[in-house]
Amino acid sequence: MHKESAIREPLILGHKTYTDITADVCKPIEDKAPKMWYILFTIALIIGLYGVGCIFYLIGTGIGVWGLNKTIGWAWDITNFVWWVGIGHAGTLISAVLLLFRQKWRMAINRSAEAMTIFAVFMAGIFPLIHMGRLWLAYWVLPLPNQFGSLWVNFNSPLLWDVFAISTYLSVSVVFWYIGLIPDFATLRDRVKRPIPKKMYSILSFGWSGRAKNWNRFELVSLVLAGLATPLVFSVHSIVSFDFATSVIPGWHTTIFPPYFVAGAVFSGFAMVQTLMLVMRKAMRLEAYIHTRHVEYMNIVIMVTGSIVGTAYITELFISWYSGVEYEAYAFINRFSGPYWWAYWSMMTCNVISPQLMWIRKLRRSLLFTFIISIVVNIGMWFERYVIIVSSIHRDYLPSSWSMHYPSHIDLGVYVGTIGLFFVFFLLFARFFPVLPIAELKTILKSSGESYKNAPDTHGHDHADENHNTNNH
Amino acid sequence: MAEKIIYAMYDDDDVLKDGAKKLVAKGVKVAEVFSPFPIHGIDPIIGVKNTRLGVMAFMYAITGTLLATIGMRYFMIVDWPMNIGGKPNNSYLENILAFIPITFEFTVLCAAHGMAVTYFLRNKTLPGMPAQNPDPRTTDDRFVMEFRLSENSQFSEEELTSMIQSTGYVELDLKEVK
Repeated sequence: MHKESAIREPLILGHKTYTDITADVCKPIEDKAPKMWYILFTIALIIGLYGVGCIFYLIGTGIGVWGLNKTIGWAWDITNFVWWVGIGHAGTLISAVLLLFRQKWRMAINRSAEAMTIFAVFMAGIFPLIHMGRLWLAYWVLPLPNQFGSLWVNFNSPLLWDVFAISTYLSVSVVFWYIGLIPDFATLRDRVKRPIPKKMYSILSFGWSGRAKNWNRFELVSLVLAGLATPLVFSVHSIVSFDFATSVIPGWHTTIFPPYFVAGAVFSGFAMVQTLMLVMRKAMRLEAYIHTRHVEYMNIVIMVTGSIVGTAYITELFISWYSGVEYEAYAFINRFSGPYWWAYWSMMTCNVISPQLMWIRKLRRSLLFTFIISIVVNIGMWFERYVIIVSSIHRDYLPSSWSMHYPSHIDLGVYVGTIGLFFVFFLLFARFFPVLPIAELKTILKSSGESYKNAPDTHGHDHADENHNTNNH
Repeated sequence: MAEKIIYAMYDDDDVLKDGAKKLVAKGVKVAEVFSPFPIHGIDPIIGVKNTRLGVMAFMYAITGTLLATIGMRYFMIVDWPMNIGGKPNNSYLENILAFIPITFEFTVLCAAHGMAVTYFLRNKTLPGMPAQNPDPRTTDDRFVMEFRLSENSQFSEEELTSMIQSTGYVELDLKEVK
C-alpha cells in the first residue's frame, strides 16, 4: 500500500471505518430531506421557471427582445455562455487532471464538481441554442445531407469547432461521471430498504457486482478517460476563446486568448466549487471528508490561476500599447477609462487583487473568507467576459455608430433563470446521488485516513513481504 | 451435477489479500473476489489478467481521427470547396490547420464513447441487469472470495474449508447451484 508522510494532514478526519464512509454518504439520501432543502429547491425552481418563461417569450417573439443593437450584436448571451462554460471547467479538471497527478484530495470533491460541470455546461448550451432564434432548427449545426444543394456547415469556423468541442466535452464528462457513479449506486441499491428507491438504484447501478475483473477494468477506464479528458478540458476553452481570437475586432484579436481563457475558466470553476462545497459539507455533515485542508488546496489553485489571469490582463494591456496599432490601443484605453470603466475595474479588483490575498495562510484556511472570495471571483469572472465582449465592440471604427449595451429584462430573466435551473439540478443531485465517491474514498482510507495514518504500524511484518508486488500501484 | 461454491467473507482487504496469497501458494484456485472498492495487487494473485480495454480505446480513437479526416475532406474540399478571400481550397493538406480542432474533438469523442460502451458490454453492466454480488454487504465493507469445488478437485470439501479457515475470514457460506 502507498504510504504517506505522517506530517501530511490526513484527508479523512476522525476514526472512520469503511462502513462509516458508506453510512456518512448515504445518510442524507436515506433520511428525509431537511426543510431547508425544500425551501432552497422551491426558490431555485421559481427562479428557474421564470427563466424558462423568458426563454419561451424570447423564442415566440424573436431575439429582438434582447438589449442588442446594430453595433452590439453579441453581448449578454455570449457573456453568459462563456461564464457558464468556464465554470464547467473545474469538474473535469479536478477528476481528470488531478487523477493523472495522483492527487488524492480530489476524491472529496470530484463527484460534486463533475455534477456541477455537467449542469453548468447544460446552462451554457442554452445560450447558443436560444440565440439561434428557431430552436427547432438547431440540428442544422450538424453536417447533415440536405436539399439546399450540398451545403455543409463551415468547418473553418471556430463557432462550429465550438459545437463539436462543447458537445464532446459534455458527453465525455457525463460518461466519466456516470462510470464513477455506478459502484456507488450499487452500494445504495444494496442498502436502501424501500422498494421504489431500491428499484431505481438497481436500474441506475447497471447490475454492478464488484468483481475483481470489473474493478480492473474500472481503474483502466478511469485512467484512460482521464487521459482523454485532460487535453479535452484545455481544448474546449481554447476553442471558446477562438470565437473571439480569430476575429479582427481590436481587443479580441490576440494570441494570448487560449491560455488566458483556460486559466480564467479553471479560476472561476474552482470558485464555484468552493461556493457549493462550503455549503454542502455543512448541510450534509461531510466535514470529515471536505475540511480545511481541501479548501486550502483549492484556494491555492485559485491563487495560481488568478495570478495567471492577472498576468494575462496586464500583458494584454501592455501589448496593446507596444503593438503600435492605435485601434488596439484605443480599445484598451476605452476599456479602463471609457463608459465601461466600472466593469473593467470591478473585473480587475475581483480577479487580480482578491486571489492574491490567498498568499496569507490564515486567510486561505478561513472558510468564511473563502466563501466570500469565491463569490467575488465569480462576479469578477462574469465582468471579465462582459468587458472583453461589450467594451470591444461598443465603439467600432465609425464613431457615428458608437453605442451602449443595456440589458433588457428578458436578458436578465434568462440569465437569472439559468442560475435557478443550475441550482435545481444541483439540489436534486445532492438529494438523490452519492455526493462523494464512496468506493474511491475507501481506497484512500488506509493511506490518508486519520486513524490509520498516525496509528502505530501493527501490520509491519506483513508489509515487509508485500512490498515487492504491490509497489507498482 | 450440482456445483458447490464456498464464499469466504472478510472484513479487511489486506486480510483477504494475504489469505488469497497463502491459499494460491497451496494450489487453491480462487474463482472470484467481490469487493466494495478495487483491492490493489489482488489481480496477479488470483490470476486476473490485465484488461485490454486500453487497446480498444486506441482503436476507437484512430477510427475517430480517420472518420473526421475523411468527412471534412469530403465536405470542405471535394463536395463544396469554399472560396474564402481567394485562398486555395483545393487541397486538404494546405487547409489542415482549420481542421485540427474538430479532428481532435472527434477522436476523443469516439475513443471515450467507444471505450465506455465496450466497458459496459464486457462487464455485462447494463441498465436493468440484476446484481450478482453474493451478499449486499460486499458493496459496503465486506470482501468475499469465491471458491468452486469443481475447480479445486484435488482437495476435498473439508480440506478446502480448513485451509480457508486459517485465513481469518469472518463468515463462511456454502452454496449449491445447478
